[in-house]
Amino acid sequence: MEKLIVSPSPHVHSGDSVKKNMYGVIIALLPALAASFWFFGLGALTVTLTSIAACLLFEHLIQVYLFKRPSTISDGSAIVTGLLLAMNLPSNLPLGIIIIGAAVAIGIGKMSFGGLGQNPFNPALVGRVFLLISFPAQMTSWPTPIISRTAYLDATTGATPLSVVKGGLISGTPLSELMAQIPSYKDMLIGTMGGSLGEVAAIALLLGLAYMLIKKIITWHIPVAVVGSVIILAGILHLADPEVYASPTFHVLSGGLLLGAFFMATDYSSSPMANKGMLIYGVGIGVLTVLIRTFGSYPEGVSFAILIMNSFTPLINKYIKPKRFGEKPAIQKAYKN
Amino acid sequence: MLKTFSLGGIHPEENKLSSDCEIEVLPLSPVVKVPISQHIGAPAQALVKKGDIVKTGQVIAKSSGFVSANIHSPVSGTVEKLEEVVDSSGYRRTAIIIKSEGDEWEEGIDRSPEIKREISAGKEEIIKRIAEAGIVGLGGATFPSHVKLLPPPGQKCELLIINGVECEPYLTGDHRLMLEKGEEVLIGVQLLMKALDVKRAIIGIENNKPDAIKHITNLSKDIEGISVQPLKVQYPQGGEKQLIEACIGRQVPSGKLPIEVGAVVYNVGTSYAIYEAIQKNKPLIERVVTITGKSVKKPGNYLTRIGTPVSDLIEAAGGLPEDTGKVISGGPMMGKALSTVDVPVAKGTSGVLIMPDKLSSRKPVQDCIRCAKCVSVCSMGLSPYLLMALSERAIWDSAEEEKVLDCIECGSCSYICPSSRPLLDYIRLGKSKVGQIVRSRTTQKQ
Repeated sequence: MEKLIVSPSPHVHSGDSVKKNMYGVIIALLPALAASFWFFGLGALTVTLTSIAACLLFEHLIQVYLFKRPSTISDGSAIVTGLLLAMNLPSNLPLGIIIIGAAVAIGIGKMSFGGLGQNPFNPALVGRVFLLISFPAQMTSWPTPIISRTAYLDATTGATPLSVVKGGLISGTPLSELMAQIPSYKDMLIGTMGGSLGEVAAIALLLGLAYMLIKKIITWHIPVAVVGSVIILAGILHLADPEVYASPTFHVLSGGLLLGAFFMATDYSSSPMANKGMLIYGVGIGVLTVLIRTFGSYPEGVSFAILIMNSFTPLINKYIKPKRFGEKPAIQKAYKN
Repeated sequence: MLKTFSLGGIHPEENKLSSDCEIEVLPLSPVVKVPISQHIGAPAQALVKKGDIVKTGQVIAKSSGFVSANIHSPVSGTVEKLEEVVDSSGYRRTAIIIKSEGDEWEEGIDRSPEIKREISAGKEEIIKRIAEAGIVGLGGATFPSHVKLLPPPGQKCELLIINGVECEPYLTGDHRLMLEKGEEVLIGVQLLMKALDVKRAIIGIENNKPDAIKHITNLSKDIEGISVQPLKVQYPQGGEKQLIEACIGRQVPSGKLPIEVGAVVYNVGTSYAIYEAIQKNKPLIERVVTITGKSVKKPGNYLTRIGTPVSDLIEAAGGLPEDTGKVISGGPMMGKALSTVDVPVAKGTSGVLIMPDKLSSRKPVQDCIRCAKCVSVCSMGLSPYLLMALSERAIWDSAEEEKVLDCIECGSCSYICPSSRPLLDYIRLGKSKVGQIVRSRTTQKQ
């Protein structure tokens, strides 16, 4: 009789894999990617492809030639990093800068810590923030949507809603005037606004979130905590002085908040493991985002807020543990007739 | 909204291939091997030796402590020898080998098929006879049933919960028992209620058995105190602690037993065995075993005598399939993979599952990606990724703080891990080591 396989239970597996989760995120990003191509055309295509290719290349080179281990690019996580990095960039960013960003994202943000599962910070954000500080001019020139479809490096640029509001408030213009200068909320939902590739189309991002939740790639805790806390804090400030503090709707639809809440803050390795921890982390991101946007000198705060909260994740993991079964001592009488 | 437990859980493919197969009696095997340890607690002490003639139902090994159980001969014939055989744990354990001759039963055992409804035994007698009959938990844990009927002083049972959940995929023995022997099961429940001195019993049944829910609800509607609770199909709904929480909303505290929340839980199969023990004077010598698997020609549920080799069940189901990879005693989540088909059926053998070889191999282990899915599925609220990391590095004091001993080994974590990490393997290691440390701490104190 042939030999029987003997191994410990369980003897079935869900079939889930790292690849499935990574490609699931990629599929979830497709609506936003499509929107970016629609609004920013050739530039978006160029930036996206370059970013993905560069990330794959750097991960492969580092893994195989530096670590002397089998290549990991087939698990799809480098594609996700490349895609998310691209989503944070303006569509007219020169190739060289994109490649540097990818090298930093993958090399420093991910591989230097040991690769997938070891990174304490979101790699794409590490890359993005590095570029923002190193190439501030190129990183803050935002092509205008639709007009710039056929252009790449020579795209027509304009201000984003966040920068209009920030600049206006600093010079003392009341909010009601500024709101008239920026695209309507409807436009911001669909994506007809200036900004990076991925942040413009709110509806497309919401579709992506729905997909990831259904496929159980992420849970609702972080996205809800981030967006919820932004709405609450911005709401309180707006109620206090509507001419100085922008409304919650504005905060939610402008800039990279939705992209950040759904796709960046939810990076597995840099976010907490327990549900309660995720909520605390999400609230921290939301609060910091509103504070940086309102009181800091940058018009956008999501990337910094996420990176700051990433640094708290190990602490959160250490002290905030999941709700345990049978933690509270039960009283004797269980059942009343 | 169906009731369920509050933390974690998964929903593997149910694969209840044999849920429509009526229970058949498996023909007697020419030789049976009866292990003397088929229960939690001290192994029984053999009362027979080579050459002894035994009758079906005769005591052949005696309980050797408070937490122990009697063992009765499942066949009539001659004791061939006492020998070590490989049981479902994979280890060699002492068993009484009996050559089966005819089927002569012990005097006093009522073999008639009529249902005996009248309960004449009193509380003490019921407990005594359950102990004498060698009844152990047939859900798989095999805890000696009479021990649960004697709560420690200061603790009183308020409620009896009957486990008709059968949450493991593939297994259908309890389902068929509820459909075909529903009345007898309910009489067993009433016997238990009398033994525990409780007025209320809840029978929990998972919602994927609507016929059983309907049937048992129907049968129990005129019996005072017994109600049926349909439960959400979620693994591990049949885990004792999860079942209690789902039925009455109370969580058994960490490290304590169900009696702490005033509940005692028994499996439906055990209830049936108790009916037979009290009403028919029949000791535990046989049980319903499901033989199943995707490649199995004829999956089914068989009333099998203890000690029958698993190979007999496989033959009855059409033989061992060509593409067999694993033969599992139990279900796919918590069952034990057997090294040979000569392993005898024991009191705790709820099913034999044949797994095709393409589904039997584990995938290569990858690094933890910290997706936290293991945390979200753990029904005890633990952090499997952390418990594995601690066990790998032998950091036992932290493992103890992280409550590794609370793990019920349901396997949900290993099931869900996208990196195919052997989470449960390391957690079991952690439990074993931390358990040793805790035990040596209490003995040091003395």
